[in-house]
Amino acid sequence: MSESNDGMDVGYVAKLARVDLTEEEKTLFQGQLDQVLRYVEQLNELDVSDVEPMAHAIPVFNVFRKDEVGTSLNHDDVIANAPSASDGHVRVPKIIDQ
Amino acid sequence: MADLHKLSIAELSDKLAAGECSSVDAVNDVLASIDATDGKVGAYLTLDRADALAQANVADERRAAGESDPMLGVPIAIKDLLNVKGQPCTCSSKILEGYIAPYDATVIAKLRAAGAVLLGRVNMDEFAMGSSTENAALGKTSNPWNLDHVPGGSSGGSAACVAADEAICSLGSDTGGSIRQPAAFCGCVGVKPTYGRVSRYGLTAFASSLDQIGPITKTVKDSAILLETICGHDAMDSSSIEMEVPKFADKLTSDTSLAGVKLGLPKEYFVVGMDPEVEKSVRDAVAHCESLGAEIVDVSLPNAKYAIAVYYIIATAEASANLARFDGIRYGLRVDGKDPADLYGKTRAAGFGSEVKRRIILGTYVLSSGYYDAYYKKAQKVRTLIRDDFTEAFTRCDAILAPVTPTPAYKKGEKADDPLKMYLDDILTTPVNLAGNCALSVPCGFASNGMPIGLQIIGDAFQEETILKVGHAYEQTTEWLARKPEIS
Repeated sequence: MSESNDGMDVGYVAKLARVDLTEEEKTLFQGQLDQVLRYVEQLNELDVSDVEPMAHAIPVFNVFRKDEVGTSLNHDDVIANAPSASDGHVRVPKIIDQ
Repeated sequence: MADLHKLSIAELSDKLAAGECSSVDAVNDVLASIDATDGKVGAYLTLDRADALAQANVADERRAAGESDPMLGVPIAIKDLLNVKGQPCTCSSKILEGYIAPYDATVIAKLRAAGAVLLGRVNMDEFAMGSSTENAALGKTSNPWNLDHVPGGSSGGSAACVAADEAICSLGSDTGGSIRQPAAFCGCVGVKPTYGRVSRYGLTAFASSLDQIGPITKTVKDSAILLETICGHDAMDSSSIEMEVPKFADKLTSDTSLAGVKLGLPKEYFVVGMDPEVEKSVRDAVAHCESLGAEIVDVSLPNAKYAIAVYYIIATAEASANLARFDGIRYGLRVDGKDPADLYGKTRAAGFGSEVKRRIILGTYVLSSGYYDAYYKKAQKVRTLIRDDFTEAFTRCDAILAPVTPTPAYKKGEKADDPLKMYLDDILTTPVNLAGNCALSVPCGFASNGMPIGLQIIGDAFQEETILKVGHAYEQTTEWLARKPEIS
């Protein structure tokens, strides 16, 4: 649960990202990502307090479409991709214990 | 009739129109070429011969019925992150093994409408994350110019198959240089269109504010033809722009004068550490453009040096969100767990390769509470500065000339264990994605070891016509096209 500013806790962040890591991966990624984070520190050279952040390359504003019924993807084709399915539904592990 | 696989789109299209060959003949030649060389090059992940020949038959029938699109009957290879209905779309990841696309990407629908023959699916770095196609979980691709060298990436298969005459042309995608860099490494032409020119619907998203689909071809004219086919507004991608698609190819004529064209040379792009052979080839190309009548002006892109830092924050942040969909529930790999969270963690551990995991973790970190302002928001602000540099530069010139990469293609394994070293190679391509404008890569020479070198021609937003014109004039008055790799 590192909240220190001198690097990230790779194991903790991986948990947030839902990626299980082996101990070897944790050690390897920790070193590699610390190096990347040290590299991006160079952005601190810039004073950007008066600069607008840019989220999108080309300015487009609200895009609306007509609220009309369109064609959806074929249900059988979509369900056929599910690792586990029954009766036209995707099967998932039990979420709520009774 | 032989050797149709060696032709460009324009040449094949002329032969098809003149009735000198059929699309079936062309597909047969391309398949024979794949059989002869792909064992060495390794560009293709999947190839459906019967389906390709069936499409070619239909194209021939359509031509007989009077149709004449320049892409009609032309075989094209598709990067394995574009959805083609009924085909796999693995993104070269184990997590998508077994997935069959239930729909066509918009660019694929446009290719089908034009009558192109979708040959098969080509290799890439997993989820387009990489610069060498070494991060591919499902295939190994070599550079046709020297099989010990990487083809570049992430669209490595798309570039290698075109260079090796295993396709007439291909589609790639470019998030930080993934079309331009492999095109340069393999001696092809590639275009990163302006953001919003081409619909991203059906492109497996890596970084949605940066991704664009584009052509990899043998000539600049071919890129113009293919670009014209895939561009245009699409209601399925609300970031695509409502703007008429220019007749890109018609504007490329035998007139190779660049009189009246101002070309900018950014001093920051000739960085310390650049390979001297790359620098010389690019400077020679600049002099050549001047001899064609262009005026060369100095421009400055002072914030471009921050592009890698900005890119690896923004791209990983967007990737961490986009790749959340690969969770083992609706498609692809599933590794069972005791509860849903356990299932997600195990599935993603088994399904993703190291580079994808690293980027998801980095992206999750820069978006996480307490670090968002320090990393993500700051990167977005510097992104504004990078775009403003281009806006300023384009008040002084029509296009910018630069190298595509600091070095020619390197040997396999050379950078595979050092992510930061690999990232730094993207220094000359990422600024364009961040700013959203367009750029073209065209061959401009060879290093002494025989590897190709690329010239980057950067245009302002929606100025594809300008970069195609400059690239075409350069290509038509130089001899680089004549060289072909000897694959051994």
